[in-house]
Amino acid sequence: MIPSHYSPEEARGIWLYLEQEDGRLLPVARELLGKGRQLADSLGVPLTGLVAGKSVAHLAAEAIADGADEVIVAEHPLLEPYTTDTHTKAVTEAVLGGKPDILLIGATTNGRDLAGRLAVRLRTGLTADCTDMTLDPGTGLLLGQVVGFGGGVVASIKCERHRPQMATVRPGVFPLPVASPSRRGGVKQLPVTLSEQDLRIKVLERESRRGAGITSAELLVIGGRGTRGDFSLLRQLADALGAEVGATRVAVDNGWADHEQQVGQTGFITRPKLAIVLGASGALQFTVGIADAETVVAVNADEEAPVFEAADYYSVDDLFQLLPPLIREIQSNRGKALVGQR
Amino acid sequence: MNRSLHTIVCLKVVPKPEEVRIDPESLTLDRAHARSEINPSDMNALESALALKDRYGGTISLLAMGPTLFEPFLRVALAMGADCAYLLSDRAFGGADTLATSYTLAAGIRKIGPFDLVLCGEESSDGATGQVPPGIAEWLGVTQVTYATELSLLSGRWWLRARRDFSSGHEIVTTPLPAVVSLRSRCNEPRFMDMDRRAWARTGSVTVWSAQDLDVDPEMIGLSGSATVVAGTQEASKRDRRREALKGSIDERAHALAEIIRPYIDGQRAAAQQF
Repeated sequence: MIPSHYSPEEARGIWLYLEQEDGRLLPVARELLGKGRQLADSLGVPLTGLVAGKSVAHLAAEAIADGADEVIVAEHPLLEPYTTDTHTKAVTEAVLGGKPDILLIGATTNGRDLAGRLAVRLRTGLTADCTDMTLDPGTGLLLGQVVGFGGGVVASIKCERHRPQMATVRPGVFPLPVASPSRRGGVKQLPVTLSEQDLRIKVLERESRRGAGITSAELLVIGGRGTRGDFSLLRQLADALGAEVGATRVAVDNGWADHEQQVGQTGFITRPKLAIVLGASGALQFTVGIADAETVVAVNADEEAPVFEAADYYSVDDLFQLLPPLIREIQSNRGKALVGQR
Repeated sequence: MNRSLHTIVCLKVVPKPEEVRIDPESLTLDRAHARSEINPSDMNALESALALKDRYGGTISLLAMGPTLFEPFLRVALAMGADCAYLLSDRAFGGADTLATSYTLAAGIRKIGPFDLVLCGEESSDGATGQVPPGIAEWLGVTQVTYATELSLLSGRWWLRARRDFSSGHEIVTTPLPAVVSLRSRCNEPRFMDMDRRAWARTGSVTVWSAQDLDVDPEMIGLSGSATVVAGTQEASKRDRRREALKGSIDERAHALAEIIRPYIDGQRAAAQQF
């Protein structure tokens, strides 16, 4: 066995790495605070948030309002923007000092970049992309639920002897907590010593998009193989609804939509109020990505399409036939509603 | 360049996802009846390595871990333009989680010799953790660039320039070599086999190394070197849906659908008005 730096007996508390971008917590960081609070209450241990960046102290109050008992603030100019080496170094120092029992990180690209490196540096186990987390009633061990191949099986993964028990958590699977600004908590500054030697990777250019994205969309229009590469009607419908556009793996593989739009096991897990699924056959790998939608509507020309099993309402239709009258209906509904408001 | 670029490409052979079935009794995955393939994003890593070789010269070594029946997959990659292949094959490597897997692959890389780049796919289609490339980089003590989409060498310097994705955008980074890079799935179009190389690739040797050939601690490989274990499996919970078919003419169906959708748009408008 590869020994960790500290033993389960020495370990205590739940820590969250709270990813921020431009001084704002990512939604997944807030989702972690909500779920982390529940887990910490069950175990009767403190919940600690860790924020790292150039100027991030203001995020401590937000994290406390969202459920943290304590926030460790790691500030240094070289922690911004995110690079693997600097954040791994800062988090490692904090972890070896505080010896948390559990360390959770959002499964974003940078979260996964950090977690994979950190787990080896700390010589511990890492469960990837959890879609749920529970505690073993007997031992209190973290059980990370991971969707298995094909989406039909959920495996529980545990880390018995190594600490911290690390897991990355899928964005969008836990609800955002309701902030309570009156909550009190402690704030600790982490002394960070970084020099230019720690900055082997240089970021020359950086372009970040603002936008909701499919994981936080309330309305989602999703296209699959049945679009045959033509997303124009889907976009019209999405525009009429104020919805985001998602896509199945087939659609993304064919270059009809971007990676960031992919719904499903190898894409994103979404939790919209309404998902309108157009021309997708409905493989398990896909439907796992809309399992948490409040309502699912599916349209497919094939009356045997498995997607209908995962739908609240469905219509056996060629989407190119059904969408034009549907878009007209929606647009006239909107018109009526707007007139009504006046 | 007065030095030759040596790139090691890590390949994983995986069952084709669409052919894996779940045994309803045991809830285990039946991979035995699924055909295998090289993990799709590993093919993108290989194509990136080949494109760098086209541009800057050098050699490409392939590294995989698994049973010797994976050899034919390595030969396909050799026929595409790689120069030599290594397969880490030993029962002792079995059952490894990402901690033990990255440790073993790092040991294989050290055994191959000095390298400039290790290229991997962003994640495997079966494990889908994306943890192995950062793990390899940490064991080797070199830099990592994950989720890269474009690679080039900085002119006149032994540095890599990469475009990579992060959660809400993309960035251009540079790193000194050696480095470990994981490539985004579908970031390029993997080439076909080179017909002139096929005969050579079919007979050329694939070097097979067991645990004893590598400088590894037997306690740190395979199941015994793993920090995580599967505590149990259960069927994914399925939400019960209404499964109600819309009826009537196409206009009636469109109307019915609009009526179903309408409360959600109104709800959204109401929420927007609160601000």
